[in-house]
Amino acid sequence: MRLSRKWLSEYTTIAASSKEYAERMTMTGSKVELIEEPSESIKNVVVGRVVAMERHPNSDHLWICQVDVAKEEPVQIVTGAQNVNVGDLVPVALHKSLLPGGVKIEKGKLRGVVSNGMLCSLSELGLDTHDFPYAIEDGIFILQEDCKPGDDIRPIIGADDTIVEFEITNNRPDCLSMIGLARESAATFGTELRLPDLTPVKGTGDIREHLTVEVENPELCPRYTARMIKNIKIGPSPKWLRQRLRAAGVRPINNIVDITNYVMLEYGQPMHAFDYACLEGGKIVVRTAREGETINTLDGTPRALTPDMLVIADAVKPVGVAGVMGGENSEITENTKYAVFESANFNGVSIRKTAIALGMRTDASSRFEKGLDPENTVRALERACQLVEELGAGEVIGGIIDIAAPTPPPRRLPLNADKIRALLGADIPEEFMVKTLKKLGFKVEGGVVEVPSWRGDVEHYSDLAEEVARFWGYDKIEPTLFADKTGMGGLTEEQSLKRRADALCRAIGYSEIYTYSFTSPSDADKIRLPEDSPLRRYVTILNPLGEDTSVMRTTSLPSMLQALSVNFSRRNEDVRLYEFATVYRPCGETLPDERVILTLGAYGDIDFYGIKGAVEALLSGLRVKDVSFTAERENPSYHPGRCAVIRSGETILGVLGEVHPLVAKSYDLDRAYCAELDFSAIAASRGKEPRYVPLPKYPAVARDIAVVCDAKTPVGDLAACIKKAGGKYLRDLRLFDVYTGSQVPEGKKSVAFSLTLRADDMTLTDEHADETVKNILKALYDAFGATIR
Amino acid sequence: MKEQLEKLREEALLLISGAEDFAALEGARVRFLGKKGELTAILKQMGSLSPEERPVIGQLANAIREALDEAIASRRQYLEDKALSERLVKEELDVTIPGTPVKMGHRHPMSIVLQEATDIFISMGFSVAEGPEVELSEYDFDRLNIPVGHTVREWQDTFYVTEDEAVHLRCQTSPVQVRVMEKTKPPIRIISPGRVYRKDEVDATHSPMFHQIEGLVVDKGVTMGDLKGTLNALVRRLYGPETKTRFRPHHFPFTEPSCEVDVQCFICGGAGCRVCKGEGWIELLGAGMVHPKVLQMSGIDPDVYSGFAFGIGLERMTMLRFDIDDMRLLFENDMRFLSQFQGV
Repeated sequence: MRLSRKWLSEYTTIAASSKEYAERMTMTGSKVELIEEPSESIKNVVVGRVVAMERHPNSDHLWICQVDVAKEEPVQIVTGAQNVNVGDLVPVALHKSLLPGGVKIEKGKLRGVVSNGMLCSLSELGLDTHDFPYAIEDGIFILQEDCKPGDDIRPIIGADDTIVEFEITNNRPDCLSMIGLARESAATFGTELRLPDLTPVKGTGDIREHLTVEVENPELCPRYTARMIKNIKIGPSPKWLRQRLRAAGVRPINNIVDITNYVMLEYGQPMHAFDYACLEGGKIVVRTAREGETINTLDGTPRALTPDMLVIADAVKPVGVAGVMGGENSEITENTKYAVFESANFNGVSIRKTAIALGMRTDASSRFEKGLDPENTVRALERACQLVEELGAGEVIGGIIDIAAPTPPPRRLPLNADKIRALLGADIPEEFMVKTLKKLGFKVEGGVVEVPSWRGDVEHYSDLAEEVARFWGYDKIEPTLFADKTGMGGLTEEQSLKRRADALCRAIGYSEIYTYSFTSPSDADKIRLPEDSPLRRYVTILNPLGEDTSVMRTTSLPSMLQALSVNFSRRNEDVRLYEFATVYRPCGETLPDERVILTLGAYGDIDFYGIKGAVEALLSGLRVKDVSFTAERENPSYHPGRCAVIRSGETILGVLGEVHPLVAKSYDLDRAYCAELDFSAIAASRGKEPRYVPLPKYPAVARDIAVVCDAKTPVGDLAACIKKAGGKYLRDLRLFDVYTGSQVPEGKKSVAFSLTLRADDMTLTDEHADETVKNILKALYDAFGATIR
Repeated sequence: MKEQLEKLREEALLLISGAEDFAALEGARVRFLGKKGELTAILKQMGSLSPEERPVIGQLANAIREALDEAIASRRQYLEDKALSERLVKEELDVTIPGTPVKMGHRHPMSIVLQEATDIFISMGFSVAEGPEVELSEYDFDRLNIPVGHTVREWQDTFYVTEDEAVHLRCQTSPVQVRVMEKTKPPIRIISPGRVYRKDEVDATHSPMFHQIEGLVVDKGVTMGDLKGTLNALVRRLYGPETKTRFRPHHFPFTEPSCEVDVQCFICGGAGCRVCKGEGWIELLGAGMVHPKVLQMSGIDPDVYSGFAFGIGLERMTMLRFDIDDMRLLFENDMRFLSQFQGV
């Protein structure tokens, strides 16, 4: 909402500078977004009278003018305009002057003749013919204002104003008006508020002889009021009114339309004027649109209406989209003689939905959608009629049509000062509360507050507390800490575990990423999920921004591959990434199953055993028990020979491996390695907290064994067999070599382990050690046909 | 014999002190003091001496042995010292050659800021509450005093999952607060960080998915002063103990009174700069006293309890913290970006 301080001064007198005004208004809740000082953009431009003109000797179109600017001598200015005559009053930009847009004017020579400045056109002053309809677009602005040579041009063209732009919150549509902001200003600065006297214009005749109004949908139109004007003389509005509209950012059109806009700005109540001659049957019907109806709105656009849209119609056709925009078919024109002023209250939600559906938010609809005060309709209507008389724009017809749903009684709330003080933690005297509320238009009597009709947002004592607090000053409320109320905070076990996992991931060289939770359904194809995969059942967004963000991800793999792909395409070498990625899987309940998948991804100087080592380190660092890896050939996203399912005991924790070459290709990657670990499964699979075990008293014996077995025998199986056969003396087992090649037969491999043997109660002898190794070798032979190498 | 001994001493001492390595020194020791050494050989002739001479020569021989032992020990020490210093010289390295690289991971800047804020709140007695992102409108709208028909419920603002508008992607983490209030008796002191969704096109300052940290305190006698004190504490811990705040009245459906909190621009100190757009203040968070209707709808008696709530945008905090000018960088995950925040 743009506020002209000149206009504001009609309602309340505030001396503060623009900066102070803005600061204090901001601190009472009307946030200032911007201050515009049009006077800053025009400097050293004055009124001049052309006293002599002669043709430029070296040009067939330039004129040399002598211009009286109330100095000792007239100034000489060369102009190319052809509309200037001796005796005209014109705006003169003198030597070293400033015009809007940062244009600087200095004296110079035009084809050899000195020119000490410039005569200005409308546009050079930042104006157009809507501001001064008597002037022309291309040519010098010949002033027909009450002014004399030497006068500063700024007050004459209305550039002596300050425009303050407010951000108005949704709960305060009453502040989308001069009067609303004047009320806030007066309360902020403790000044008197002067409101227009709204004694209704009596008028002649009776509106009912001309017009009938029917409201078919009172729930969408709680109040409809109308008055009529006759003998209209369409013309431009007076300058003061045009300047106020201009300051508010509204284009002046003609007196009748300008009045409706002016009243909307002043009272916050949108109005509309219909050409009565265009209303068939002398009738206005407020109804929903009929199937297939269309209307051309004032902006010249044809609109298809739907039956959930409220329209203003005559006996036959729609003449306006209620609360949004009028129709071309009933527009006020130069020939309008009779007009109907509409001032109505519409259901905010309905107006908003209509405006969105038609793709046009207007000044009117954006006010209606916040829910306006039905009482304000009549005020605005009477004010408009007053202005018609004041401007001599026509004659007001007697009577008013007012179709209103029963008004609820004003809301009354107890003024509980203690409760307000307790909520705010500030010792505010009751007198201050009463004074403030009264200033804002509340009535306070006998401890009861009556809420004014325009403050539909005030429903509760806490609302009153806010009214009081914002004028008391939020900054005056003493900051306190609830230190005396001790509370135990902290992280849950799973939250702490997440932090530990986070630190571990970084310790093993992986960097954290954040990716979008929504993805494209085509990701499923990119990671080769079969058509019937449950991961293709999504939480689908019905109104997504686009296809590629239209479903909630069911797997974290595509996001990770995408991040790897971005890095790969930018030639970042040797990348390792991790994410705590939430996935969303429909589970038959109203809400999906949301779980966190700790996802690792890498490319570069890494192989399968690299990602496996990372996962092993991670799981061991999180104390996950009984971890095992088994070959997984069926996962479509991974290399069938380089993928493992990760388990803790029987619980599946996730999967890891080299990404399937076709998947890698669809992300423009070479080889990539990923791991997906269900974090809650990890949290549930942790071993007991360790207890101290005494350090061994007796030395250990080391033995290495190497066996030759079938090349397909998994090392994991050999190791499990060794552990089982090793008995109580085997304390540690480490793989140190796997060999295939010329030294072993075709189809065979050699596998070498380092064994650590130890007893708790004696120094192990060679016999004991030999016995253990013998048992192990026998077991390996029995199980796998493995022989010592 | 005496002369023989004296001569031996002289010769031996000369040899020992001239030994250039351990082998030469050991050779000298064997030659003079070994079982078949020269000193032993001379002493074997002691039988031919007179009883008077024997003790004299014996004494002399012992003295020589001791002297030689000592000389050998000292020479050995010398040679050891020398070998060590030679080795130290020989082993000198170019310490300016970089160390063997250890691959370290990096924390995402948002996690840095989130953890920092979380720890500050934990130190003030808060717990961390989490909840679903695909949420019931009942929790995210109705019970937050955002009735049917409210603007934010429009399909152009909120991502819906069901046609009847009962389920959508949460627009804020406030529904977590509702879920906590529903299950917990006051006192309540929680923060709820998490992902939220609003239908904004991606640009330098908008993302359809972003993160919030919201907080909620409910107890008997909680005041707006407590709200100010808590948020001041947060801001000062984040941006320095001298940071000034400004609480401005504002409007949110779920709090009353409501405010927006600005911090004095920590780049220019309030003088006005690019970051604060010349205002001297940076809008950081929204807050307010929990609306009595919200308490009521979650089964908490607003006549007995009061509370405050606040919400901070994590992206905004992070961008301010590290002077990041484009939000898209936060979700692009380019290593050259991620690796810039080491050691914070």
